[in-house]
Amino acid sequence: MLKINDLHASVDDKAILRGINLHVKPGEVHAIMGPNGSGKSTLASVIAGKEEYDVDEGEILLEGENIDELGPDERAHKGVFLSFQYPVEIPGVSVTNFMKTAINETRKAKGLEDMPANEMLKMIREKAELLEIDRKFLSRSLNEGFSGGEKKRNEIFQMAMLEPKLAILDETDSGLDIDALRIVANGVNKLKSKDNAVIVITHYQRLLDYIVPDYVHVLHNGRIVKSGSKELAHELEAKGYDWIKEEVNA
Amino acid sequence: MELKDKLVSSFMAFEDLIDIDSPVHDIRTEAIKTFETKGFPTKRLEAWKYTSLNSILKPNYSVFPKHENALEYGDVKQYFIHDIDSYKIIFVDGKYSSHLSQTTHEGIDVCLMSAALSKPKYRLVIDNYFNKIAGKDSLSSLNTAFSAEGAYIHIPKNKVVDKPIQILHFSTGNESALMLQPRNLVVVDENSHVQIIERHQSLTENPVLNNSVTEIYANKRAIVDYYKIQNDRQTASLIDNTFINQKQESVAKVHTFSFGGKLTRNNLNFFQNGERIDSTMKGITIIGDKQHVDHNTLVHHIEPNCESHQDYKGIFDDKATGVFNGKVVVEKEAQKTNAFQANNNILISDKASINTKPQLEIFADDVKCSHGCTIGQLDDSAMFYLRSRGIPEKEAKALLMFAFSNNVLDSVKIPEIKSRITKIIAKKLGVNIGFDL
Repeated sequence: MLKINDLHASVDDKAILRGINLHVKPGEVHAIMGPNGSGKSTLASVIAGKEEYDVDEGEILLEGENIDELGPDERAHKGVFLSFQYPVEIPGVSVTNFMKTAINETRKAKGLEDMPANEMLKMIREKAELLEIDRKFLSRSLNEGFSGGEKKRNEIFQMAMLEPKLAILDETDSGLDIDALRIVANGVNKLKSKDNAVIVITHYQRLLDYIVPDYVHVLHNGRIVKSGSKELAHELEAKGYDWIKEEVNA
Repeated sequence: MELKDKLVSSFMAFEDLIDIDSPVHDIRTEAIKTFETKGFPTKRLEAWKYTSLNSILKPNYSVFPKHENALEYGDVKQYFIHDIDSYKIIFVDGKYSSHLSQTTHEGIDVCLMSAALSKPKYRLVIDNYFNKIAGKDSLSSLNTAFSAEGAYIHIPKNKVVDKPIQILHFSTGNESALMLQPRNLVVVDENSHVQIIERHQSLTENPVLNNSVTEIYANKRAIVDYYKIQNDRQTASLIDNTFINQKQESVAKVHTFSFGGKLTRNNLNFFQNGERIDSTMKGITIIGDKQHVDHNTLVHHIEPNCESHQDYKGIFDDKATGVFNGKVVVEKEAQKTNAFQANNNILISDKASINTKPQLEIFADDVKCSHGCTIGQLDDSAMFYLRSRGIPEKEAKALLMFAFSNNVLDSVKIPEIKSRITKIIAKKLGVNIGFDL
């Protein structure tokens, strides 16, 4: 599904990723953990194609195809989805219309006709129910005045609508109370299949109780310095990150 | 010959065409003198600092129409809001087109200025209202001097006009260059309600200059809803001088949608002569190339407890230039005035520019007045967010621009206008997405 080879990336000539290697197969859930400033969100943004980051070395292959030169919209058309840590507020565009535009533009890119309005409505209703989103919420301006929990639920709602092959959840658990966390995790789990993959980026182990990873990677200083099973997350929760840093420095 | 001299010397020829015994003739004679003294405004005048008329005064304009030109409805249907039933007052090269028009005298008068100026039954209205609030500036005076044709709308009291009135001025290009002086008068009496749509449209690339004057009187508790659709060719220019006199508890709203034309200057003036008056002026400007749009607004708060709301959004691409000059005057007696003004702009290209200037003159001490202007670019993080959901760059830009100007459309009361404007915007931005946001 996703293969990242020796990825180096920088912003304004400041190196942030310094040789990432990651291999994600269909059906897998990978967790990427690490202390603040280790490059977790940068990795997510670089995979999604944020243009202010420069890829200096290495490659990102999606289903064998190098996606380096593709814009964020083209990557989305190929099935990449990023759940934002800080979703952007867009006054004047309703959630429903945003979703309609996103879905129909993706279909257009695949040479398909617009989704019929009744089908779209049905899908919106189903997915909103999955995320326990109120109908009224859908006519509000995108993320404008949403609480932290509403923003994150809305991100996963979008993921449910777009049905990506590769979903990257960037700190989706931050700012969530336990009920919202359960709703969000439940949504993600219901969307999981043997054909798609999820990368969960998180600082804490908490979310991983609900979205259980097959692999856990620790990012430090722009490199994956340790990989393991879900037990590694428990170990990090118990012991913090300092022992990893010491191991790396030793 | 310079355009000014040509106009002044044409006035005598114009007098041969009209009834010089008409009571308005003295007004016209006075007005041509004012124009002759003042001439066209130049950038030396504060109100014209950012707008130069030089380039649009050069063509050798025919200064009053000679020929009658017929147009078929099918050829110009696209310029109407054609999916609603409406009254229509249509002019072709400055001449009334009876077969394109749909006027009425049943309970209301929706007809022609030429008729109103010549027939005795309109005499009283003309005496009371004609040229009573139009400015004495040079351009309004020029129009007054040549005022002969345009829309005449009189709604007597307690009438809700059953359908909107469309005023369209076409120019066919039969003259190699044409200058027109359309003159409209709208009188809405007590408790009455009217919706008006106005548009100037050139049908060829021959240069056209419209110097239009519209006087609107919203009497006690009247509601006037006025829409100006400015989407002309880039060889056509418009100087729109609109004067609105409001009486007690009246509501007047003017929406101006400026997407086309070479140079567009909107002089929009509200005079509040009564208490509890509401004046609203809103605009969306989306232009590119070397287009120029200048909004010059004035709200004169004269009496207490009144409100004014101004909201203008502008998006400027290529080498387009914009001007917003919003003047609010609050007289000493006008206590408890609420006056709001906002002008927000997005510059898409490095070469586009906007000059925005709020001007508040407040002589009362118990008022709420606010103004704010912003000039910015499209937000990169918003662009990334939209694109990461599969919305391509061009469409994402369009969506953000539309969202930016969207709240101006909130107060548009005719859904067909709203959908027409959104279609024009989508076309203007080169995208094919529905904007029913």
